[in-house]
Amino acid sequence: MNGWAVVKRTSFYAFVALIIFESVFPFYYALITSFKKGTEIFQINYFPTSFSLENYVGVLTQGSFAQNLFNSLFVSSAVVLLALFLAVTAAYALSRVKFRGRGLLLMTILSVSMFPQIAVLAGLFELVRFFHLFNTVWALIFSYTIFTLPFTVWVLTTFMRDLPVEIEEAAIVDGATPWVIITKVFLPLMWPALVTTGLLAFIAAWNEFLYALTFTSSNSTRTVPVAIALLSGASEHEIPWGPIMAASVIVTVPLVVLVLIFQRKIISGLTAGGVKG
Amino acid sequence: MTVVTATSLPAAPVVSSELTRQRTRSAMLFLLPMIAALAVVAGWPLLRSIYFSLTDVTLNNLAGAKFVGLRNYLTWVTLDSGRTIYSGVLVDPAWWNAVWNTLRFAFVSVVLESILGMAIALALNADFPGRGLVRAAILVPWAIPTIVSAKMWAWMLNDQFGIINDALLRLGIISEKVAWTATANTAMGAVLVVDIWKTIPFMALLILAGLQSIPNDIYEAAEIDGVHPIQTFFRVTLPLVRPALMVAIIFRLLDAMRIFDLIYVLTPNSAQTKTMSVIARENLFDFDKFAYGSAEATLLFLSILIVVIAYIWIGRVNLSGSDR
Repeated sequence: MNGWAVVKRTSFYAFVALIIFESVFPFYYALITSFKKGTEIFQINYFPTSFSLENYVGVLTQGSFAQNLFNSLFVSSAVVLLALFLAVTAAYALSRVKFRGRGLLLMTILSVSMFPQIAVLAGLFELVRFFHLFNTVWALIFSYTIFTLPFTVWVLTTFMRDLPVEIEEAAIVDGATPWVIITKVFLPLMWPALVTTGLLAFIAAWNEFLYALTFTSSNSTRTVPVAIALLSGASEHEIPWGPIMAASVIVTVPLVVLVLIFQRKIISGLTAGGVKG
Repeated sequence: MTVVTATSLPAAPVVSSELTRQRTRSAMLFLLPMIAALAVVAGWPLLRSIYFSLTDVTLNNLAGAKFVGLRNYLTWVTLDSGRTIYSGVLVDPAWWNAVWNTLRFAFVSVVLESILGMAIALALNADFPGRGLVRAAILVPWAIPTIVSAKMWAWMLNDQFGIINDALLRLGIISEKVAWTATANTAMGAVLVVDIWKTIPFMALLILAGLQSIPNDIYEAAEIDGVHPIQTFFRVTLPLVRPALMVAIIFRLLDAMRIFDLIYVLTPNSAQTKTMSVIARENLFDFDKFAYGSAEATLLFLSILIVVIAYIWIGRVNLSGSDR
């Protein structure tokens, strides 16, 4: 019996070790590749062998990668602010006020978040051209609303609904308007939910590829996912793996750090919203 | 996770009917910007895309679209010889190949993700030192942008300098280097591996949330009664975690059916992995068949709609996960 317990314990920890290994290894390998110099990249090493910043300096100074980073940061932040602003007031109405058709409206909002993005691509393309937004970052801020807004509305509605009625009652008795109730009563209580949804919306916008690929066409307006996908070498067949890995690490590190810091909040947001991974 | 329906919401505090009317008015006002925004970015473009699929529109002449009915979907001409030639998306072998690829990909990835996600969730549900560390580690693939994970894996799977070929050669599993992403037989496998790696965290965490809501005394009772752990899993754990599992599966399924970015980057131009989204975008923007691509996008939309309706119908699953 004792021997059996040891076997069980050992295999459990082996499984846990395997989980950690498969989760982290691709990132680890990208990291050690990115620190290699010149032709060292073509030697396969399992452990770090060199520490050269050549690829990082290259990717940040040549080409437009620094601009692409800025574009991604700008688009993602703007999308988050826009979505949160529209969602807070809408979530108040959806969670605290009774009106006919509320359930139907919520289901409609949820179903929008499940749209295949390609289904609206042709119509969005026409709108983007109509508003003269093609090949600008505004086209992306505009189109990303389709997946950030339904999700933020959904999660914030769930959160607001769970707040007790009493906190609102006192304000109503004092004659506060709904706008005052939102900004003075609810907003101070909602910071945790706002951080979670904002973070998840930011990550979704930061990672988006299809719209960014379709609505921008020059190096200076692209976001990082498209820039990395299209990063090419001197000749067509020469793929610059070193710079690609350096760019990948630059894009991923802030996200990994954010995710590790806000681990609990993200998990609660994921389980509340069932958002895309 | 709780249900959001009209009946389960707490009643708004009613002080007077005048106040209620005022609240309802301002609620409408608060909803208006959000509804308007969704109508502009989702509703209108969807209708236009469907309309485009019924026209002869081209990329450079969006305004000059003429209505042609269902010609992009299916049309036929009868030749003088009496032979009838069909054309359109519905008889296009490339389209049906993409449909098959999409279904195959969605089915295999969701099944494997559910099983592996369940295994990881069960491990994380146990109490052991360093559990927080493991939970942090499994979030790493989720945090990595899809394009970046596609590139990282493309490098690891590289035929000449990839570490996976090297490791498998050393272990004697393969006898010569394999071009994983470029070979017809392995391209879909490569896509599946990367997708499963990337989305397991989502699955595992959703299932874990379900597992953690199961009270411990049920397990204790089963143990006292001497129920075998495997039986406990199928008789106790699985039924109780089913609502959370079903929600996770539907979200993943819908996501897998519209997959685009991973395949576009990892296996470009491979007929073995081209999915409905990939082929639709190709026709829309690369081959100047805007109307044809719109028809394919519309068909994908309809397929997803059917899956959602069937899922709700069959599983009677509430999408907000409340039927526990």
